[in-house]
Amino acid sequence: MELDLAFIGAGVIAFAVLAYVVLDGFDLGVGILFPAIEGETNRGLAMNTVAPVWDGNETWLIMGGGGLLAVFPLAYAVVMPALYVPLIVMLLALIFRGVAFEFRWRSRRKRIWDLSFFGGSLVATFAQGVALGALVQGIAVEDRAYAGGHWDWLTAFSLLTGMALVVGYTLLGSTWLVMKAGGYLHERARQIAWVAGPGTLALIGIVSLVTPFLNPRYFERWFEMPNVLFTVWVPALLLVAAWVFVRGMRTGPDWWPFAASLAMFVLSFIGLGISFYPYIVPPDLTIAETAAPESSLAFVLIGVLLLVPLILAYTGYAYWVFRGKIDPESGYH
Amino acid sequence: MLDVTALDLARFQFAFTVSFHIMFPAFTIGLASYLAVLNGLHLWTGREIYLRLFDYWKIIFAVTFGMGVVSGIVMTYQFGTNWSVFSERAGPVIGPLMAYEVLTAFFLEAGFLGIMLFGRSKVGPKLHFLATLMVAIGTLGSAFWILSANSWMHTPQGAEVNEVGEFVPIDWWAVIFNPSFPYRLVHMVLAAYLTTALVVGAVGGWHLLRNRGDQGARKMFAMAMGMLVVTAPLQILAGDFHGLNTFEHQPAKVAALEGHYETHADGAPLILFGIPDDEAEETRWALQIPNLGSLILTHQWDGTVHGLREWPRDERPPAEIVFWSFRLMVALGFLMLGLGVWAAWARWRGLLYHTPNLFRAAIAMGPTGFVAVIAGWVTTEVGRQPRTVHGQLRTAGSVSPIDLPAVAGSLLAFIVVYFVVFGAGTVYILRLMSKRPEAGPPERDVGPIRAAGTTPAPARSRDFIPGE
Repeated sequence: MELDLAFIGAGVIAFAVLAYVVLDGFDLGVGILFPAIEGETNRGLAMNTVAPVWDGNETWLIMGGGGLLAVFPLAYAVVMPALYVPLIVMLLALIFRGVAFEFRWRSRRKRIWDLSFFGGSLVATFAQGVALGALVQGIAVEDRAYAGGHWDWLTAFSLLTGMALVVGYTLLGSTWLVMKAGGYLHERARQIAWVAGPGTLALIGIVSLVTPFLNPRYFERWFEMPNVLFTVWVPALLLVAAWVFVRGMRTGPDWWPFAASLAMFVLSFIGLGISFYPYIVPPDLTIAETAAPESSLAFVLIGVLLLVPLILAYTGYAYWVFRGKIDPESGYH
Repeated sequence: MLDVTALDLARFQFAFTVSFHIMFPAFTIGLASYLAVLNGLHLWTGREIYLRLFDYWKIIFAVTFGMGVVSGIVMTYQFGTNWSVFSERAGPVIGPLMAYEVLTAFFLEAGFLGIMLFGRSKVGPKLHFLATLMVAIGTLGSAFWILSANSWMHTPQGAEVNEVGEFVPIDWWAVIFNPSFPYRLVHMVLAAYLTTALVVGAVGGWHLLRNRGDQGARKMFAMAMGMLVVTAPLQILAGDFHGLNTFEHQPAKVAALEGHYETHADGAPLILFGIPDDEAEETRWALQIPNLGSLILTHQWDGTVHGLREWPRDERPPAEIVFWSFRLMVALGFLMLGLGVWAAWARWRGLLYHTPNLFRAAIAMGPTGFVAVIAGWVTTEVGRQPRTVHGQLRTAGSVSPIDLPAVAGSLLAFIVVYFVVFGAGTVYILRLMSKRPEAGPPERDVGPIRAAGTTPAPARSRDFIPGE
């Protein structure tokens, strides 16, 4: 029974992280491509497509962090010090971009906060990608604590994943704007998406090819019989997503490219899950080992079961209220 | 080389980031409720002025809330980066409480914030009011859970320590409603309301000083002073109850903040002022009233009050800090009460909008809510030292296995970024506050014409927004 609760808990954390990645992914992506948008008004418009929802999107990051502390306190206690530098950098960068949503409209020098929005989004994304790469390549653990150095996270692989995430979020951001904006902004976003789409797929390919060689367990999981019968579906579906992306970009409807980009992220995430399971902090700590006591798991999971559907409902409602192409006159600014 | 350890810097970093952070929720908890009241009053009475004030404070709320979110995310992760041993041990108790904070409060706030800020014309006034109400409930919900978690660290119960040193929850009801929680919750929510009332009152006073006829300024000033005169005495009462609760569960903290080193078995004095000296174990130049300390704490003339000498030196909180922070908080509390009483008296005399010195006093008192909040938190958190979980887990044994340069580097980065970014934010907020709240016709010309709920969407008055 204990194992089951821990397993469900892992599912919850995975869901929170995935929700964070795709949701904050597109609004961070809008920030990353900010300099490519010309004109004060167009930038303001791009920002306003995400202004009503960014805060809710970022709440999933708190859910991921707080949830990890609740459900896998040992994993949290090991991962946070191990990823000290990228996490602190991410937090600081998120400050710069988060405040820009309001500050931009209050300042006489909009450029400063445009830069803050762009730089914050870019650096936060890169740091998240680096952190992910560092986790995938493995974290040294001894005696229930992080046992590595401060710079263990910094490798060619983690820099690669950092770059991959930047390109990936740019894809999410640009396809979001393809869907949400008209006129110049729509056309500009299309141009960016045409670059970011193939770029994302290429980087997913490279990272996927390198990953199995980091850890023999990853290799077995992906390439040995009979596993390969199951794992082969992930790249196959990725190709379908790529097709939907191209089709949507060529002939519409405008939401297809965004949906296809989301699918690419979901599939990459599933791929990651396939590599990790049953470990939560590779190469040493498993889901079962790091799980909180059963009384904690049960308490959290009841809340999740009752409240997450409600959260999804009213978050969906908030998105519904602001559905459709953005009205250039909207916003209180 | 200075004798500074990673532990010292980690503690300083937590104190610094949490002190900055608490100012935003302290203001937004109160302001969200105020916005809900304004929105509700507009819906109910149909009077334009309430919507005008709503729009005025809404934007200030948005700027503050954004800063609260980003500084709050830092807190969620700092438990892990700097206090990983604490996280691993106390995570099974603290973590679920924070998870509930996210599930019941943060998503609610964030989900409805967009509609509250941008969606009035899309959803109509009634749903817009509902969205505002949800944001207000969300802010209060987050106070509930985070204060429950914090209170558990002061008065832990309902959990046992297992063989690897983890706190294992046995009884969640006991964990959540731990002994100090109800007192701390009431005390903090009242503090948030007071802080907001003081800020709103200061802004109202500022504009009344320039134009006594400003209807918007009059309305906000009157509402703020009304709130103050009700809340300030309640807060003093709540603070007293909270103190008695602390006396029962954390007597060393009370001894430190009262400046008692000696145990007084036959009635302790109330030390008004003095210079506590932890090294010499005495409060020098103490100005004290005999037996009053016992009377307040034990409700008996000669009740026993234990002094710090009853505890070994390495179990004592530093009186040299909490003695002062406590006095600062209490003094400000009484000044707030004084302002409220003055305003009530002026109102009774019909002079509420005609007493420039009252406006000036309100302006001077504007930031004191924040000061009192921080002083109060310093008192309770430093008073819990040398432990993170009272009686159970030492602060020195809670810190991450990190090196001095890492903590020093991140601390420096936080200090620079916080001062630059939140400094800019403060400037923008002050600039927004300096805009006149009232630009339209006097309210009685607008008032009773419309029925509730049929008010059309507000005319976009661009002159509310500076920096354009």
